[in-house]
Amino acid sequence: MDTTKITKLFGRELTIINMGLETFADNLKDQKKTVLQMDWRPPAGGNEKMIALLKKLGK
Amino acid sequence: MKKIIIKKDSYYDSVFLMLASKAVKKISGVIEAVASMGTETNVGLLKDIGFDAKEFEGVRPNDLIMAMEAETKEIMEEAFQAVEEFLNKKRHSTGEEDTYQPVNLENAIRFLPQSNLVLISVPGAYAAREARLALNNGLHAMIFSDNVSIDDEIKLKKIAQEKGLLMMGPDCGTAIINQTPLCFANTVRQGDIGLVAASGSGLQEVTCCIDKLGSGISQALGTGGRDLKDPRVGGRMMKMGIQALSHDDRTKVIVVISKPPAPELARQVISDLTKTGKPCVVCFLGQEKRHPEKNLTFAENLEETARLAVELSSGSQDRDGVFAVSSKTIDQIVAGEINKKTTQQKYLRGLYVGGTLADEARISFEQQCIEIYSNIHPDKAFRLKDPKVSQNHTIVDLGDDAFTVGRPHPMIDPSIRDERLEVEIPDSEVAVILMDFVLGYGAHENPAGQVQQFLNKARSDNLYQWETLSIITSITGTDEDFQDMAKQKKLLESMNCIVMPSNYLASRVAAGIIKGIN
Repeated sequence: MDTTKITKLFGRELTIINMGLETFADNLKDQKKTVLQMDWRPPAGGNEKMIALLKKLGK
Repeated sequence: MKKIIIKKDSYYDSVFLMLASKAVKKISGVIEAVASMGTETNVGLLKDIGFDAKEFEGVRPNDLIMAMEAETKEIMEEAFQAVEEFLNKKRHSTGEEDTYQPVNLENAIRFLPQSNLVLISVPGAYAAREARLALNNGLHAMIFSDNVSIDDEIKLKKIAQEKGLLMMGPDCGTAIINQTPLCFANTVRQGDIGLVAASGSGLQEVTCCIDKLGSGISQALGTGGRDLKDPRVGGRMMKMGIQALSHDDRTKVIVVISKPPAPELARQVISDLTKTGKPCVVCFLGQEKRHPEKNLTFAENLEETARLAVELSSGSQDRDGVFAVSSKTIDQIVAGEINKKTTQQKYLRGLYVGGTLADEARISFEQQCIEIYSNIHPDKAFRLKDPKVSQNHTIVDLGDDAFTVGRPHPMIDPSIRDERLEVEIPDSEVAVILMDFVLGYGAHENPAGQVQQFLNKARSDNLYQWETLSIITSITGTDEDFQDMAKQKKLLESMNCIVMPSNYLASRVAAGIIKGIN
């Protein structure tokens, strides 16, 4: 179990992609953190069969 | 009259839509107002409350449903207009309507190649896929979402272990990395105490107590509630967190917080902590008292966890600190409150927004041989028959699913607690109300103000006997939290609430009163 990447993250500037509740991104912006808010919506229009297929394809 | 409007491919997050629904419901003449995405669950809920199933044919999870019931056609139109305005206000609130917002993670990473963490709070059915994409692209992940299957959690944590990345969650509500509060978290002083926790409000309470003692933290990592509970998950994130902190030069003391883990996982955590060689504090909340072993010290409650960590960090015992409330002082407070009581008053009502804080209070009472009923009691014999109806001495976690279907968590919208207070405080048999107030990012902007307003009105309406009812509280927060902790304390004290420096001390006072009058 190699946790070097985690230890390296400590002390580095966080650069965050936020998908979901916008309030979390708003709070990070208040703290002057770099955050990109996604305009997330369910993949494949929420079609469960398509989503299962995407999962099988590793997408 | 009822009406539904569907907006195709118009996605909004659930909390925003709940707040929109709440705002529109306030319009006089609106009987029901629901704005929600067209998921199977949400459509089912709308059918359950009487909306016509035919209206939802062809609706997909990406579609926005606005469902209204109003007394007249004019009020109906007003309600729909109000929703539209609320939705439009969101799009233009920051004046950033031209800001690029990628629709999928691949585009997001392309746009921000230096990103190192993905924060996921999408519906649970989709969260695992998104986390897998994040990890496979070399990014650390935090899943706030719940309703992720345990199989998915195991797979994600295996990927995270292989790649050496953080996979905090699912159902991880709190973390602080590089002094950056994530989701529900406080602004805590920088220091050398590193924490890993399988409990959100537990992590908030301990980090805030550390701050109140004048010390600080290096990192506070969350693992999600199942990490140490289910042997199949295997404590993977906890172990990774411990190892990462053991190799971190800025971390001098390591703290672990959890409810009692599965026994084999508890042994592994203790073994891993011992190997770090750093002084460690372990809080398995509810576990029996345990003596120190090698570099490990065991704490029985969250405040003690913080105190021990600060002592180990600074090398000095905190004799004059904020939690040094003597037994004599507690006895005096308790005696004063008992003197106020009528002969009818006997029961406790603990009304909590933090699940682990509710647990800590319950354990505190049970350690004093006071039986507690709760909606989250691990013993089914003491589980409330109806979470909305108290039995004998009761502590409720208002953040539990029973209260939050279709509503924001009470940390975001404390009105759930007002509704319960309205039922409990007029009851002449209730002696003590015990409450937690959680500040910080993610939380309501003025939780104490909300309760102060409620109690003020309740007093002028003669809803309760304020001279005899004890209201015992604590504030989980720091001086740097935006809600202004000092102001929150004053607001509570203005309504005769007793504000103790920690949840543990508040529980001790409440238990002392209950024991004294029964």
